[in-house]
Amino acid sequence: MTQTIRDKAAIVGIGVTELSRDSGRTEWKMACQCVKAAVDDAGLKMEDIDGMVKDISDPVDALYLQKCLGIDNLLFASDSHWGTSPLLSAVTAIAAGVANNIVYYRSVNGSSKRKMISDFRAAAETRDDSLDMIRHDFYSPFGLITADGRVAMLVRRYMHEYGAKKDQFGWITVVASEHAAKNPRAVFYDSAITIDDYLKSKVTVEPLHALDYAPEVDGALAIVITASERAKSLKQRPAIILSVAQGTATEGQVFSSYSRPEITGLPETKLMAQELFRVASVTPKDIKVAQLDDSYAPLVAMQLEELGFCGRGEGAAFCEGGNRIRLGGQLPINTSGGFLGEGYIYGTHVVEAVRQIRGASANQVDKADLALVASGAGGPADGLILRT
Amino acid sequence: MAVEYVPGYPIMKPFVDLDNQEFWDGVNRHELLLQRCRDCAEYYHIPRPMCPHCRSTDTLEWVQSSGKGHIYSYVNFTTDRMAYPALKVPYTVVLVELDEGPRLTSNLVDITPEEVSIGIPVEVVFEEIPDGITIYKFKRREA
Repeated sequence: MTQTIRDKAAIVGIGVTELSRDSGRTEWKMACQCVKAAVDDAGLKMEDIDGMVKDISDPVDALYLQKCLGIDNLLFASDSHWGTSPLLSAVTAIAAGVANNIVYYRSVNGSSKRKMISDFRAAAETRDDSLDMIRHDFYSPFGLITADGRVAMLVRRYMHEYGAKKDQFGWITVVASEHAAKNPRAVFYDSAITIDDYLKSKVTVEPLHALDYAPEVDGALAIVITASERAKSLKQRPAIILSVAQGTATEGQVFSSYSRPEITGLPETKLMAQELFRVASVTPKDIKVAQLDDSYAPLVAMQLEELGFCGRGEGAAFCEGGNRIRLGGQLPINTSGGFLGEGYIYGTHVVEAVRQIRGASANQVDKADLALVASGAGGPADGLILRT
Repeated sequence: MAVEYVPGYPIMKPFVDLDNQEFWDGVNRHELLLQRCRDCAEYYHIPRPMCPHCRSTDTLEWVQSSGKGHIYSYVNFTTDRMAYPALKVPYTVVLVELDEGPRLTSNLVDITPEEVSIGIPVEVVFEEIPDGITIYKFKRREA
C-alpha cells in the first residue's frame, strides 16, 4: 500500500464544552456549541465546513446538527466505529479531494443520562438485544451484562498469565489523577489520589476497583480537519496528521472477545499500530507523548504492549510506580488526566494531543513534536500520530 | 455456591434465532451442543451461520459436547454496582474452556467466590432458573 494519507491533513480547530456531571442542556445544543467553538478556533467561517463525521454511537444526528449550524451545503458525511475512528474517514475524504474542511464531533450526556438499572429491566422485558451492541444471550443469563464485568474477565486472565498485580494497574489511575489535578478542565481537577487511596477503594467487579473505570461525564467536543497546505494560512499552529489507522481482528467482540486463542492482548490495537507506524515511518521510540484509551485502566497496560512501547506481558510493570508514564517520564501518557481523570468523552484524547503539539497543555511535554493517540481498546481500535 | 435470583426481577432471555436455535433447543433438553465443521473439524462458539475457516454455510453440524472443561477466567461481582440486578451479590461468572476448545461464559453451582480459581476442572449441569429459562452451569469434577 502507498502512503497516500501521510501528512495530507491537519487538525486546525478544537472546541470543547465544559466536562461535568450534569450539563443542564441537550446533546444537540452542546454539539452546536462545540462545533461553533472549533470553527472559530480554526479561524474559518461556518460556510467553509463541507463535511461532518461522527461515530455510530453518537446521539446527535448530523442532519439535525447541520440545520442548526446553518450549513447549507455539505458534501461529505460518515459514521464510523466507536472511538475516534471517524478521523480516518475525514482524512481519506480530504486526501481524495471530496471535501475541504471536515468537522468531527462527539456530544454525550454520559453522566446525567447514564443507563440506569431500569434500562436493564426494560431490556429484559422487551428482550431488547441491542442495549450493549453485542449478543447478550451467552452472557446476561449469567449476570455478565456490563462492559465492566466483561473487561474484568480479560484482566483476571492477564494477571494469571503474566503475574501482574492490582497495584501495578493502580498506578495508571494514580498518574491520571496527578495529571487531572493540574488541568482546570478535568472533572477531577485538584484532587490527586495516592496508590493507598486506590488500594483502599471499593472493589466492584473483582479483580477491579471502582477507580479502574473512567467516570461517565457530560460534554461535547469538535475537531476541524483540513488539508495540510491550507492549514498553514489559518489561525492556529496546525497539528499535522502524520498517520491515522483503524483495526479490527480475529473473533472480535466489544470487550468480550473470549473465543480468541489468547485473551490477554488486544490484536485490534496491534493491527492498528502496525499500520499507524508503517504509514508514519516512525517507531514507538520517536513518540514524545501518548494519549491511550483508559476507559478501563488495565487496558492501558495491554495497549502499551500492542503499541510496541514495551514487551508482551510487561505493560503492568511498565506502569508500576508511575515514573515512566507521568509528566517528565520516558513516555508521558494521558497528560490531560485522560478518561479516568479529565472525563470519559471520546475525542478528548485527540484534543489533548493537539494541545501538546500546540504547546498548550496543562501538563506540557518538552519538545512534543510527535504525539500518539490510541482509542477503542477492547473493541474496534483506531489511532493517529500528530506532528508539529 | 449456587447463584441466587432476586424474585420478580426479569432475567434477559436468550435471543433465539435461526442461527442459534439448535443450541438453545439442546439446552432445553439438557444437552450441551457445539457447532463443528464437517470439513475442517473445528469447533465454534458463539453459534454462527458460516465456518470462518472453510467459508461454507453447509458444513456446520451440531455435536454433543463432553461438557467437561476447566475454569479459564472468572470475575466476582461484589457490589450492586456493575452487577446484573436479577442476581444477588456476591456472585461469580466464569469463563469455562471446554475440552473441545470453545469457551463458554457461565456460573458455578458448588464453588464459592472465595474458592474459585483458574484451572479448576468442571463439568456441565443444567438448571431451571426463574422466568421459565433453562441454562447450563458448571460444577466441580475430579480431574
